[in-house]
Amino acid sequence: MDFNDTSDEAAYRAKARAWLAANAPAHGLAEGERIDDTEEVVRGRAWQRAVYDGGYAGITLPKALGGQGGSIIEAVVFGEEESKYNLPKGPYIGIGLGMALPVIGKHGTPAQIAQFAEATLKGELTWCQLFSEPSAGSDLAALRTKAVRDGDDWIVNGQKVWSSWAHRTDWGILVVRTDPTVPKHKGLTFFVVDMKSQGIDIRPIRQISGASDFNETFFTDVRIPDANRIGAVGEGWACCMTVLMGERLNQGGSEKGGIRDLIAYAESTPRGAGNALDSGALRLQLAQALAEEQAGKYFQARLRTMVSRGENPGALAAMVKLAYGSRYQTSSGLALEMRGIDALAPAASDATTREIHHDYIWSTIIRIAGGADEVCRNQIAERVLSMPGDIRADKDVPFDQLT
Amino acid sequence: MLTGGAVEAPYIARLLYVYNLVIMLVMNFDLSDEQKMLAEQARGLLAARAPYDVLRKQIESGVESDSALWRELGEMGFLAATIPEAFGGLGMTALDLGVIMQELGRANVGVPFFSSIVLVADAIHLAGSPEQQARWLPSLASGAAIGCCAYGEGPGPALPGTLTVQNGTLTGTKTPVADAGVAQIAVVICGDGSMALVELDQPGVTRTRLDSFDQLRPHYRIDFAAAKADVMPGRGKVETLFDRAAVQAAFEATGGAEACLFMARDYAMERRIFGRPLASYQAIKHKLADLAVAVEMARSNAYFAGWAAGDAPDELPAAASAARLTAIAAFEMGARENLQVHGGIGYTFEANCHFYYRRERTLTLSLGGREPWAERLIAHLPGSQVKAA
Repeated sequence: MDFNDTSDEAAYRAKARAWLAANAPAHGLAEGERIDDTEEVVRGRAWQRAVYDGGYAGITLPKALGGQGGSIIEAVVFGEEESKYNLPKGPYIGIGLGMALPVIGKHGTPAQIAQFAEATLKGELTWCQLFSEPSAGSDLAALRTKAVRDGDDWIVNGQKVWSSWAHRTDWGILVVRTDPTVPKHKGLTFFVVDMKSQGIDIRPIRQISGASDFNETFFTDVRIPDANRIGAVGEGWACCMTVLMGERLNQGGSEKGGIRDLIAYAESTPRGAGNALDSGALRLQLAQALAEEQAGKYFQARLRTMVSRGENPGALAAMVKLAYGSRYQTSSGLALEMRGIDALAPAASDATTREIHHDYIWSTIIRIAGGADEVCRNQIAERVLSMPGDIRADKDVPFDQLT
Repeated sequence: MLTGGAVEAPYIARLLYVYNLVIMLVMNFDLSDEQKMLAEQARGLLAARAPYDVLRKQIESGVESDSALWRELGEMGFLAATIPEAFGGLGMTALDLGVIMQELGRANVGVPFFSSIVLVADAIHLAGSPEQQARWLPSLASGAAIGCCAYGEGPGPALPGTLTVQNGTLTGTKTPVADAGVAQIAVVICGDGSMALVELDQPGVTRTRLDSFDQLRPHYRIDFAAAKADVMPGRGKVETLFDRAAVQAAFEATGGAEACLFMARDYAMERRIFGRPLASYQAIKHKLADLAVAVEMARSNAYFAGWAAGDAPDELPAAASAARLTAIAAFEMGARENLQVHGGIGYTFEANCHFYYRRERTLTLSLGGREPWAERLIAHLPGSQVKAA
């Protein structure tokens, strides 16, 4: 056990660090600088262009696609170093590199690769993901948005949801149902769609946090040329798997709601002549949460070690999120309770409590998105513990005969 | 690491993408090949020599320690692992010992390893005079001598006690003391922060076997009446001793929790209920998935704490406390839910759940439960010693 890069990794880190030191500051956001999403995309494109020119775009993508043909660990190292700068990086870039290009590279035609790969790597094309639907979340293959062939086009009708940045991106990756007479996984087909197409209506979702990070995207008789179909008709599920298996171990940023901050918050909360941390009951709960947070950190270090050796952690990675989501919710809820009634309506100057309000709200979606807690538990039980899969009532039943 | 994960993990990539879960700057956070071999050796020996039927017989016979296994642990060098080479040991690290402890916890054997090696040998190593070390460490390393550690004084916290050595003698009671029946020597934790060596085979010492919750770890009451006691010269070492022991207990508990996880899984795969395997119900799958997470979290903290015990002593109080808390959580869940998954059969002596159900309380209560370790963690918050290269 040691805490150092291998020599190859250290060399790569040194090179990436030097390049970032020379190039990143000009693109970084100043401390506390707020920009609207239009400007963010402009600056995000510019940073991606710099990354491309520097030879760091698409580190894990094959050279045939214009990527660097590097290892996952190189991508992780670059991501770690890049995250030290407050750079404009969002899903509008990440979905293109991490989802659209892998699927186009694997299932697309040479013409499609020529059309999209270089432009995406350069940040000229931004992307959103159009997968989930109101009736297809954890059970994605139950999606209903349909496409019907019409000459050289497909006509798409339906509704997608939770598509972040759909309103500011150029293209979307889209999975739709093209044959409802076969079982659900077999009737899907994959497309890329120009987000400026006629009939696409994007509406922001008003979230419980008050913000609108995500959209609903409605398709009304949207025409997509067959040339924008990725893979064969009926091959949509395989394309989805390619998208979702893309390795993105690090995109910068960090877990929110650290327990150390909550301990400081307790110390700043008066109780009698002292502060809230004088309470043994509270110390017990905070210590337990802190111990779990530390464990999560070292568990990720173990996964990272596996990745560094070229091993795939598989469903073990679900443990990170499963543990984090609940801890985040429990500890932020505890912090508010510890604060007392004042936390219901804190003074305008009390930014910390307002952040914890946000944590407590945001923690709910952490437990749902990207694999709900229950899905994570199934994955761990089935793939780590080799327990049987769930009984599926829709197995082998044509989609249009499901009740 | 639990193994068996298939490659396909679509939503994981997605969550890592969407939520920016960050992997910390640590490149080699795993056991070495040598440590993995050590674990295999220990596991193989324990599986061969101490299957559950042997444990059952040990309980029925009232034998306090499996002396044949103890001899073999000595012959194979497991007892000597962390004892310095100058005193007949192998000079291995705390992490190496942790690897062995994890296997002892998995097998749930009835030998005084924790008392004699983790507590007594380490106490003498930390605080003993060269003469005391030369007198005791070689025989502890070979297994010829067995030690017990006397700290509790009846109901209340594990530390600090009140007994102190006066004019070379000790008077008073320590209870309960694990493994005192088979021990020749006790390390007595004193109220003034010192530690004393007391030979147990002397007129001033009376040992009374107590009806003990863990049938494979007998506890005793020891009454000292002007017993001859040698205070060890090293002072202020009790906290370090307990931190280091907490790390080893965390490894032991992790091994026990993992044994519970797989015992429950295997039973659920075999048992059929309402026409299908018990393991196919989400109520069981989700319970065991949560347990699997708890086991991996406990192990992760134990690894770090094992490393810190050797390489980052400043981090040890926080690391040991965190490891203690997550290990208690994992083994508690494992011991309880393993029995629960078994249903009625789990309540029988013939099933194997009860060994862990009792051992878990032993490990959790020994050294003090959650409360003192939570206090220690809050008082010694984790630092940032581990940095990027």
